Amino acid sequence: MTTYYTKSHEWIRLDGEEAIVGITAHASEELGELVFVEAKDEGTDVAAGDAAAVVESVKAASDIYAPVAGVLSGFNTKLSDEPTLVGNDPEGEGWIFKMKVSNPNDVTSLLTAEQYKSL
Amino acid sequence: MTDSLQRTPLHALNLELGAKMVPFAGYEMPLQYPVGLMAEHLHTRSKAGLFDVSHMGQIRIAARNGDVRDAALALESLIPADYAGLAKGRQRYGFLTNDAAGILDDLMVANMGDDLFVVVNASCKEQDAALIEAALSDRCVVTRQFDLALMALQGPQAQEAIAPLCPAAAEMRFMDVIETELAGVSVTLSRSGYTGEDGYEIGCAAADAETVARALLAQPQVLPIGLGARDSLRLEAGLCLYGNDIDTTTTPIEASLAWAIQKARREGGSREGGYPGAEIVLRQVREGVSRKRVGLMAEGRAPVRAGAKLFADAEGQKEIGLVTSGAFGPTVQAPVAMGYVATDYADNDTVLFAELRGKFVPVHVRAMPFVAPGFKR
Repeated sequence: MTTYYTKSHEWIRLDGEEAIVGITAHASEELGELVFVEAKDEGTDVAAGDAAAVVESVKAASDIYAPVAGVLSGFNTKLSDEPTLVGNDPEGEGWIFKMKVSNPNDVTSLLTAEQYKSL
Repeated sequence: MTDSLQRTPLHALNLELGAKMVPFAGYEMPLQYPVGLMAEHLHTRSKAGLFDVSHMGQIRIAARNGDVRDAALALESLIPADYAGLAKGRQRYGFLTNDAAGILDDLMVANMGDDLFVVVNASCKEQDAALIEAALSDRCVVTRQFDLALMALQGPQAQEAIAPLCPAAAEMRFMDVIETELAGVSVTLSRSGYTGEDGYEIGCAAADAETVARALLAQPQVLPIGLGARDSLRLEAGLCLYGNDIDTTTTPIEASLAWAIQKARREGGSREGGYPGAEIVLRQVREGVSRKRVGLMAEGRAPVRAGAKLFADAEGQKEIGLVTSGAFGPTVQAPVAMGYVATDYADNDTVLFAELRGKFVPVHVRAMPFVAPGFKR
């Protein structure tokens, strides 16, 4: 499984049509400790760049965007009680939502790990 | 960062400490230091934090006849507080009002014996000084001291941290102000702050600021704290942020700040009224107001923030107010906010609904502060 990245600091990891999405370590550092994470309801249709979730620090709320088009298919419910999981393991246990992507090829237009690192 | 931003006397130290700098009120200011907002907030509530607040404006007002009471009486023509009755070495909160009883700024005024020492908000300082000069210059010499440094040391261990550098600090009570020496530097020291904790505010010459800051940061209890935590600390303490919670569209009575208008300035008092908008304020005290600033706590963990509309019903049909400040309270471990609501809905424990991302979240009207104050009375 390859992980792709967006300029708005999300990552997406695709397994067939199912993908999980989170925020990068860089984004997590910038946001600081999170106090609340919430995704839109399962079944919500999203276009690439649509707000699909929100993460909140003490001071600010930030939208998390769908990297590609699809339908939201799940939320990391562990984050309801433990939003700091995102900061502790942003690209692993701290994933935020699942989605069924409309076209798995869409991810190839995103950034590779190397491209994201060089931003 | 644009070149037009001003820097505080502690700029180099802030960078050395790894501060994330942001533009604020025309200054390049530390938003947070490497440990981050959450840790800074909790540290201030448990030990002591040092804040660079040199962007705030310090003004001195001396009466031309040499009598500080005359300066106080002159200042009372702009502010509803009792300053003529303020004892030497004491400080008192107040606000400048306009003819519509709107709040132009909120500030602290201290009686220094020979003159008044005034601290105003950064974003208002030029305008405040101009207003005070225009109104008082015939009776007073008004001196802008905007080049001075100002720091705040806040937290339950503030006294422990400052006492080795300034023994006199330990003897002060909340709202006392003295001229003294700290780490060999001449300072204007008040036992006050903007966090709800015990603590001090320290004014000194720009050239001495780093000496003072480094001496305090060398104390084991003290960490540097940024503007981010300053905001969440003051919100938990129920304190207004000028420009958010109070401004020219809010009156002191609507803002639930009637406590800052002492008896002498109220109806029947020895110096009743006599400030811009006084008739409106006196009438509002007598007859009540249609909206009031209240504390709010949302259910769940999602913060309800400034700008969120408040409704009487869960369907968002009847709009009755607006949130003016909101965040997650790190000490309370829950969302905390304040805002204005129609007076019928302002009683504690009233359940309202805040619009949050298209949903309506129950919020409870709550007494402020949200944390127990730690002042040394």
